[in-house]
Amino acid sequence: MFWDQKIETIDRVALERLQLERLRETVSRVADRVPFYRQKFAELGLKPGSIRSLADLRRLPFTTSADLRATYPAGLLAVPPDEVLRLHTSSGTTGKPKAIFFSRADVESAADLCARSFVMAGVTKKDVFQNMMTYGLFTGALMTHYGAEKVGCLVIPAGPGNSERQVLLMQDFRTTFVHLTPSYALYLADFMEKKGVKPRRDLALRKAFVGAEPYTEETRRKIEEGLGLDVYNSYGLSEMNGPGVAFECEQKQGMHLWEDHFVIEIIDPQTGEPAPEGKPGELVMTTLCREAMPLLRYRTRDITSVILEPCSCGRTHRRLRRITGRSDDMLIVRGVNIYPQQIERVLMATRGIGRNYLIRLEGLDEMTVYVELAEAGFDGQVEHLVKMQSQIAEKLRAEILVKPRIELVPPATLPVTEGKAKRVIDNRKL
Amino acid sequence: MNTVKLVAVFAENKPGQAARITGILARANINIRCITMASSGAYGVMKLLVTEPDLACQSLKHEGFAATLMDVIAVEMADKPGALHAVADCLARNHVNVENTSGFVANRHAILVVEVQDVARACEVLQKQGMRVLSQKETLAI
Repeated sequence: MFWDQKIETIDRVALERLQLERLRETVSRVADRVPFYRQKFAELGLKPGSIRSLADLRRLPFTTSADLRATYPAGLLAVPPDEVLRLHTSSGTTGKPKAIFFSRADVESAADLCARSFVMAGVTKKDVFQNMMTYGLFTGALMTHYGAEKVGCLVIPAGPGNSERQVLLMQDFRTTFVHLTPSYALYLADFMEKKGVKPRRDLALRKAFVGAEPYTEETRRKIEEGLGLDVYNSYGLSEMNGPGVAFECEQKQGMHLWEDHFVIEIIDPQTGEPAPEGKPGELVMTTLCREAMPLLRYRTRDITSVILEPCSCGRTHRRLRRITGRSDDMLIVRGVNIYPQQIERVLMATRGIGRNYLIRLEGLDEMTVYVELAEAGFDGQVEHLVKMQSQIAEKLRAEILVKPRIELVPPATLPVTEGKAKRVIDNRKL
Repeated sequence: MNTVKLVAVFAENKPGQAARITGILARANINIRCITMASSGAYGVMKLLVTEPDLACQSLKHEGFAATLMDVIAVEMADKPGALHAVADCLARNHVNVENTSGFVANRHAILVVEVQDVARACEVLQKQGMRVLSQKETLAI
């Protein structure tokens, strides 16, 4: 199923021609209207007219989240303030937020990309959408809300939390698809199990769009099992409209990135040079249709790679592999680079433990991983628990080359966050 | 085959946990006949012989504890020197390995609560030796 078949299946040559045309237009517009970029171009001795091919993209300056903070609140605005229709901020945990502005056309295209993304996964106007992302400054809920309305779905703006009410809404309004974070999805699955709600028997759920935090294939399977539906991996970031940037089609084999709206690069985060084709690196994105706040070569900090093979669904827009981490989240423990997702992958594949975990770093590189004992993992024998701890530690050592201490804690005792999960506490005195 | 159910509860090794567990059982009006605790670092496992094991297990789970029921055997012994040896010797001769074990004496009855891999076999060899392996009801009636 297509929302906009013509553009979704456009041939690569035409797509790249469209990208170049839009890139040149974007570059000349920011050179005209955004002092920040004008100055960067001057420093690089770059004339907007000298961008003649997509390969020239590399000559443009990067934009970082630090640049967004430094130009806060409105330093990157490319339209007069009265053309701005919407302000969102990006979830900054420390310091100033990043302000993202949208014109009327920007809101429209963000919603359109969300509609494309939903229809791509088989959503129709008959569907009932319960949106469990946070409404407010965060883009996650509002953009998908608009997108689902465009498709013609009944939209229930539930927001996250209050699981009792979520289940009630699902039952009473026969919700067929949801949008939520992986940590809340796992929490909700646990909640339903405890309350004796059997999703396949009691609910009409078919699909979940899960994103906003990186997660693993094992987590996808756990959510699918726990909520009785298909999980579609969903990628977006506020700086690039929010959700709807790259979502999965019904094949569930990587996320189609809408290349008529964004041109992407994968780079080595250390050197800024392109990563070898198809190999993982940091995703860098340039907006092609943004009016209010175009961004050139934005450093997403997200680690992924491009799938080179075409998809059997017929869409020509290339696919991204699951985000494996954020270059910001990387921990360095005893000189080894570790992504929390590597630890998660091991834990999710281990029987007898729950879905929540916490990594604590203390002293001089002492790493402790707290995992919740699952009810099914407990047979009353202390010896078996001790054995399970050492097996987990050993599996982790094989994956991350550092052997952490494993602490088993009772079920549902680790802090649960209903938004973005905080998995790492770093109290090291280095 | 006579077996007895023990309730096993996983708990953090910190002050107040035993009080929480026993409080839950007290509120459910469950009597505890025998208890053992084993700790390993940051956590421990408490095992309880109680009047209503199913209700106890449910109540603990309801309060968020990881709890499970275990099948063990309860052997009645004479309350005199050599009685425990007779049981241990019987199991040894039949190559039955004894895991966690505890015992109590009540109303002049000595009861040994034994965890073994193969409950049925342990039961059989003890009974063959003329020992009294108690049912749940008999154990709780003592």
